[in-house]
Amino acid sequence: MNDILAWTSIVAVTAGVFFFVAGTVGLLRFPDAVTRLHALTKADNLGLGLVALGLMAQARSATVMLELLVVWGLVLVSGATAAQLIARGQRRGDTQP
Amino acid sequence: MTDALNEVLNLGIAVLILVLGVWAVVARDAFAAAVGFIAFGLSLTLAWLQLRGIDVALTEAAIGGGLTGALTIFAVARLRATEAAASAERPSVPTRIIAVLVAGAVTFTLILCVLALPNPAPSLASAVMAHIESTGVGNPITAVLLAYRAMDTLLEATVLVFALIGVWSLAPDDVWGGHPGIRQHADPNGILAYAARILPPIGIVVGTYVFWVGADHPGGKFQGATIIAAMWLLVVMAGLVDTPPVSRRWVRIVAAAGPLVFIAIGLAGVPTAGAFLAYPHGYAKPLIVIIELALMPTLALVLALLVAGAPTRIAKR
Repeated sequence: MNDILAWTSIVAVTAGVFFFVAGTVGLLRFPDAVTRLHALTKADNLGLGLVALGLMAQARSATVMLELLVVWGLVLVSGATAAQLIARGQRRGDTQP
Repeated sequence: MTDALNEVLNLGIAVLILVLGVWAVVARDAFAAAVGFIAFGLSLTLAWLQLRGIDVALTEAAIGGGLTGALTIFAVARLRATEAAASAERPSVPTRIIAVLVAGAVTFTLILCVLALPNPAPSLASAVMAHIESTGVGNPITAVLLAYRAMDTLLEATVLVFALIGVWSLAPDDVWGGHPGIRQHADPNGILAYAARILPPIGIVVGTYVFWVGADHPGGKFQGATIIAAMWLLVVMAGLVDTPPVSRRWVRIVAAAGPLVFIAIGLAGVPTAGAFLAYPHGYAKPLIVIIELALMPTLALVLALLVAGAPTRIAKR
């Protein structure tokens, strides 16, 4: 059982780190704001979600698991909102790329 | 293995803080500098976490990164019109030489001060823990802030109210007493209005929890008040409510209430316990709770209105 949990953590956190690295590369390499946002939201949503999942497998209590889940949920909401606002500002053309 | 990993992490955070600090200073674009400053605040939070200073980390994240970051971004937005002219200006050679000399002298003095610090650093931690029973609170940070060094906290809270008065005094005469900041209009069915509807209930619970848990665990009124102020600002920015006119009586009362209650309890300490801000024996905990309860709304209102800025629109009667 412990082995399964440990492997879940290793796989999930590694996959999460992959999304963060990929998102960062995208942020640096993509040509305009909308594609950069696309890269960034993958890091925020999937990357953090997978890291949180990996940490949940190591959590000592249900409360900690729930807290990690809530942290991820809050980042999802704020990340989605911020991305929408930046994209809208970009389309209106009142910010520089 | 874990120690080595920790060292690598610490080194990484230290390098990150230095790079972001330099970036915030040398960035030519004011917006880029402000973003660098916010990231700098967040890396400081990580550093405090690594040092096990959870209370300081929370404060740094809430006030250093969040609130000061928002203030800086708004300042940049206000300065945008004059930014090109300001960055095109080239200071004269003597001005630059003086600037280099002053900055060099300050840096040199700071280096001397850091090197002159005794090692190990003097600590009052054991004295704090020896008397913590008499304060009735379990978190030594809260004991320091509201019992041993209550004077500092009183001055901090008071200075915030004065800062707010300073911001308000920037208002032109014809809009004095009006609504601070511009009236925000967002799509009522848009994503911002949606976030402003679902986040505040969670934020208010978290803010109140952070405030209440401060007696025995990391947390406290400053961090809690910042979270609640942020929720209010979110609702304002989504255009769901407007900022209150600064001439409203309740705004004035709430802004002044916290420090006034604090001072009243402090003065009551003179006859009952023999000194200003001393608590009579056995009443420390309830008095601390009253002070915190009084300061909480003041801090939330003052922090939010500081970000909202000077009055810009006349209040409708």
